[in-house]
Amino acid sequence: MTTAATAAAAVRVRAVRGRLWAAAAVTAVFILLFLVLNIQGDWKFALSRRLTVMGAVLLTALATGGATVIFQTLTHNRILTPGIIGLDSLYVLMQTAVVFVLGAASAAWTDALLHFVLSAGLLTLFAGSLYQGLFRTDKYNVYFILLIGLIAGTLFQSLASFLQMIIDPNEFLITQSRTFASFNNVRLHVLALAAGAVGLVALYVRPCLKYLDVLALGREHAVNLGVDYPRIVRRLWTAVILLTAVATALVGPLTFLGLLTVNIAHQFLGDYRHSTLLAGTVLAGVGMLSGGLLLVERVLAFSLPVSVIVNLAGGAYFLYLVLKESQK
Amino acid sequence: MPLDKRNAVQLTALAAVLLTLSFISLFVGVSSISPRDIFDLSPLQKQILSITRVPRLLSAVMAGASLAIAGTIMQQLTRNKFVSPTTAGTMDAARLGVLAGLIVFPGASLLQKTAVAFAFALAGTYVFIRIVERVKIKNTIFIPLVGLMFGNIVSSVTTSVAYRFDLLQSLATWLHGDFSMILRGRYEMLYVGVPLMAVAYVYADRFTIAGMGDSFAANLGLNYRRVVNVGLFIVAAVSSAVVLTVGSLPFLGLVVPNIVTIYRGDNVRKNLPHTALLGAALVVGCDVIGRIIIHPYEVSVGLIMGVLGSAVFLFLLLRGNARGARGGVGA
Repeated sequence: MTTAATAAAAVRVRAVRGRLWAAAAVTAVFILLFLVLNIQGDWKFALSRRLTVMGAVLLTALATGGATVIFQTLTHNRILTPGIIGLDSLYVLMQTAVVFVLGAASAAWTDALLHFVLSAGLLTLFAGSLYQGLFRTDKYNVYFILLIGLIAGTLFQSLASFLQMIIDPNEFLITQSRTFASFNNVRLHVLALAAGAVGLVALYVRPCLKYLDVLALGREHAVNLGVDYPRIVRRLWTAVILLTAVATALVGPLTFLGLLTVNIAHQFLGDYRHSTLLAGTVLAGVGMLSGGLLLVERVLAFSLPVSVIVNLAGGAYFLYLVLKESQK
Repeated sequence: MPLDKRNAVQLTALAAVLLTLSFISLFVGVSSISPRDIFDLSPLQKQILSITRVPRLLSAVMAGASLAIAGTIMQQLTRNKFVSPTTAGTMDAARLGVLAGLIVFPGASLLQKTAVAFAFALAGTYVFIRIVERVKIKNTIFIPLVGLMFGNIVSSVTTSVAYRFDLLQSLATWLHGDFSMILRGRYEMLYVGVPLMAVAYVYADRFTIAGMGDSFAANLGLNYRRVVNVGLFIVAAVSSAVVLTVGSLPFLGLVVPNIVTIYRGDNVRKNLPHTALLGAALVVGCDVIGRIIIHPYEVSVGLIMGVLGSAVFLFLLLRGNARGARGGVGA
């Protein structure tokens, strides 16, 4: 490499790092605003509540962002998210079914910890068995598996809507509180458990992350460059499944959060390296969620759930992506 | 010719199945009317037949036939066997339209509400077709994936707005495919499907050509835009009428054309009567099943179609994958 090229690369890396710091600063301001703005009454109580909410925000941004970055690299696609395989519909169906069958007074509904473990377990089971199909055939057809997941999602939806039709309106309102993502419902001990789970997954997947840049080149190139493709990819997929399941079980469905944040990071950083991309995505997620929460709680006075804002922004962005740059 | 003969035999068989199912459908229900009473009906039985049973049957036939044909049109236009109103956002857009109608014009008549839903369905399908034209990867599986993703986004908007106005459960109830609320005076809009199916028959070959792209169509002297617009119009009109009167019938437009293709090949115009009859028979059959399994209660047709439709669709997918060749001419 010539010295000029090296110098240019160094300048580019420095520019990306600068942008990352700028993003971190903006995110920090959002977090701070969320924590201290407009506190009335007991400081200690309010702050401890808000810190729990912020913990849930950080964890969700980390899990969803990480899962989506890995997912998009594995599928070589920037407009899909891991949630589309029907995880969200399964979650909604599960909430409705629990209330319908066991009632809103049952432990599976009222005990936050049990509820979290059950939801995460069921989601992992479903996603895991679906992705097993990826490795069983030699053809490794990702889109095919995703389509099957989507069909399953539609099936879950029709089951859920049937239950919603016959369920008692009061019980429907109870389920509705959980079928929309909410950060304020998160309990501290559940958050701790989820953080532990995410931490373990992070440790498990950490050694594989450095291969993501190579995997982005495609299977043949990666194998050529000496990557143990089946082993690494399997590990990465496992991480995607677990992270998505934990995030969904913790706060509820946020289908388009990952899509939104990864693409914002792509556009803002203009960098292909996964180390910066991951950091940028998580920052974008935290910024997006805490900004959304500020908007919902301080401006809109809780009239809309935050997931609505994320979904609207994510949806509009998706259309923009598809219509603007025709897929690579 | 033997081929024509086979065609006629198959059509007759389908019609016979549909007639049998229709006959059963008229005599299944909570208040018992047996076929023996048919010449000697009490006034109550007469009322039941004319107010609920016959409208219910007619709406099932009409919804099934027209939705199956709408599915065929979309598959021809996008040249993709996995596209249908369910997998292209049409149904979701129509649902958003229903909600908009509910909120903005609460006192509107059913016809006005349909007009709003129709406008939304048309816009939604149009956006999808534009997306398909833009997307460079013409992967047969990628296209419906984009369509379903698009539909998810539209329905997340619907959910958000419905949440804001506390209409979630009413919306879910109204839009869940269900014939139990069909009464005389509340289903007639479905007749819109009849002239549209005739138009579809006339245009069948043109849809096939338009599916090959605008330059190819122009080469053969076809006005590409107009043909696509006619197709979109039919699909949107049928979908919104069905969504408003019956509710969602997932996968119907997807599964029926595929089954017909399996046993008949790909001559669209000749397939259309089969598609219509099979679609109608399927919906009437599902409705009868729904009324029988937990008699005297009902399982909604939307649920039965959802279960059956996804099973059949998965079967088609796996079968196509096993053969290595997935539907659609030259993908």
